[in-house]
Amino acid sequence: MIQTDILIIGAGPCGLFTVFEAGLLKLRCHLIDALPQAGGQCSEIYPKKPIYDIPAYPSILAGDLVDKLMEQAAPFQPGFTLGERAESIEKDSEDQFILTTNRGTKHRAPIIAIAGGLGCFEPRKPPVPGLAALEDHGVEYIIKDPELYRGKRVVISGGGDSALDWAIFLADGVASEVTLIHRRQEFRGHLDSVQKAMDMAATGKIQLLTDSEVTEAHGDGALKTLVVKHKTEGELTLETDHWVPLFGLSPKLGPIADWNLNINKNAVEVNTFDYSTNIPGIYAIGDINSYPGKLKLILCGFHEATLMVQSAFKRIYPDKNLVLKYTTVNGINGF
Amino acid sequence: MDHIIEVNVIDRDGQLHKLEAPTDMGMNMMELCKSAELPVEGTCGGMAMCASCHMYVESQHVIPSKSDDEEDMLDEAFFVEDNSRLGCQIHLADDLDGLTVRLAPVGQ
Repeated sequence: MIQTDILIIGAGPCGLFTVFEAGLLKLRCHLIDALPQAGGQCSEIYPKKPIYDIPAYPSILAGDLVDKLMEQAAPFQPGFTLGERAESIEKDSEDQFILTTNRGTKHRAPIIAIAGGLGCFEPRKPPVPGLAALEDHGVEYIIKDPELYRGKRVVISGGGDSALDWAIFLADGVASEVTLIHRRQEFRGHLDSVQKAMDMAATGKIQLLTDSEVTEAHGDGALKTLVVKHKTEGELTLETDHWVPLFGLSPKLGPIADWNLNINKNAVEVNTFDYSTNIPGIYAIGDINSYPGKLKLILCGFHEATLMVQSAFKRIYPDKNLVLKYTTVNGINGF
Repeated sequence: MDHIIEVNVIDRDGQLHKLEAPTDMGMNMMELCKSAELPVEGTCGGMAMCASCHMYVESQHVIPSKSDDEEDMLDEAFFVEDNSRLGCQIHLADDLDGLTVRLAPVGQ
C-alpha cells in the first residue's frame, strides 16, 4: 500500500505543479497516470509544440515545460504510479481514501486531487459492429506480447509508425502471415519504416491492402474473418486469427465517471473557493474541472492547484494555522 | 457585410444550423462550431493533432488543400471520405461565404 498526503490523478502540468505547491506546505504527493510517462497531453500529444502563454516564457516547448515542472517538483520527492489507470476508490475506517488502479496497485491518502486533463488516453476503436465481443478474442488494440502472434495470421490496420513497425516486426519470422490495411496509399511513418514495409510488400512478406478499410469482423467467440472494403474495387473477406487496429489514442473520462462526482459535459464540477468537488476530500483541478467562467489553460490550472493545496492542508490539519510563506524569503526546503 | 460570412453546419441529427462567422478574427470552423455550442470536441485545441473536429465539406468551395499533418490525423479518424476535413484547418475567409459542412459521426 502506497501512503501519501495528496494522491494526484494525472501527471500532466497541473498535477506536477501541485507537487511543488503541496511541498511548500510539507505535504507529500504521489501521482498516478495511465500513460507510461509524466507530462500528460504535453508529452503525449504535442511535446514539440511551443506554448506562448506561460507567464515569463514568451515561448516554451511543451516537452521542455514538463521537464522544468519535474525539476521544480523534484525537491519534494513525488512518487509515481505510471502506466496504470485510477480505477476505484473507497473510504477506510480512518476516513482515508483507498484508490486501486486497473492493475491492482493500492494507494492510501486523506486527499485526492483529480488533475486528469481530458481523461485517460485509450486506443481509438474502429466503428465496426460487434467488435466489443471479439476484444481479447482475436482483436487487440495494443500489442503487449508479440509472442501471442507466433505462427498466427495477423491483420494490422493503420498508417502510422506503430502500424508499420509492428507489421515489419511480425512479418519477420513471427507471424505466419501479415496483412497491413490502410485507408490511403501514403503512409506517414518514418521514411525508413515506410521503405522497409514497401520492400517487404514487394517480396510478399507483407500483404499490403491500401485504399481499404475493415468494415466487418466476424467470429463465434473468437475472430475468424474480416470484411475489407476497397475504395473502388468492392469487398473481400480475409480469414485471420488476429486483428490489431492501430489508430492512435484518444482521451476518455474513464472510471472517475462512476465515482459519484457531479459531472457536467465530461468535466467535474467544483466550488471555485478551493476547487473541491461534491465529495469531501476530493478536489479537481485543471482541464478536467468545470465552473462558471472556466478556461482550459495551463496557467489557470496552476492557480487552481495553488489554492487547492491550502484547502487540503486545512482538511488534513484542522487545528494548525497556515501562514502563506513566500519562497523569496524562505527558499525551497525539500524533503 | 464587413467581414461577416454565413456558413451552414449540418449536425449529426441532420439539422441545419446557419451560423454567422467573422472572417477577421483568425477563426476556424472547429472554433465556430464550438462557439455555437455544436457537438464538436476540438480536443487538441486546433493543432490538427486529434480528429475530433472531423467534418465533410458539402459545398463546392475551394479550401486550401490538406497539409501532411491534417492528412496524417485523418488516418486515425473513422468514416473518412474524400471530402473529409478537420474543422480546425478550415480558416474562415470571405470567399467561404455560403460554405456547407456536415459533422462526421463520432466513433466509440
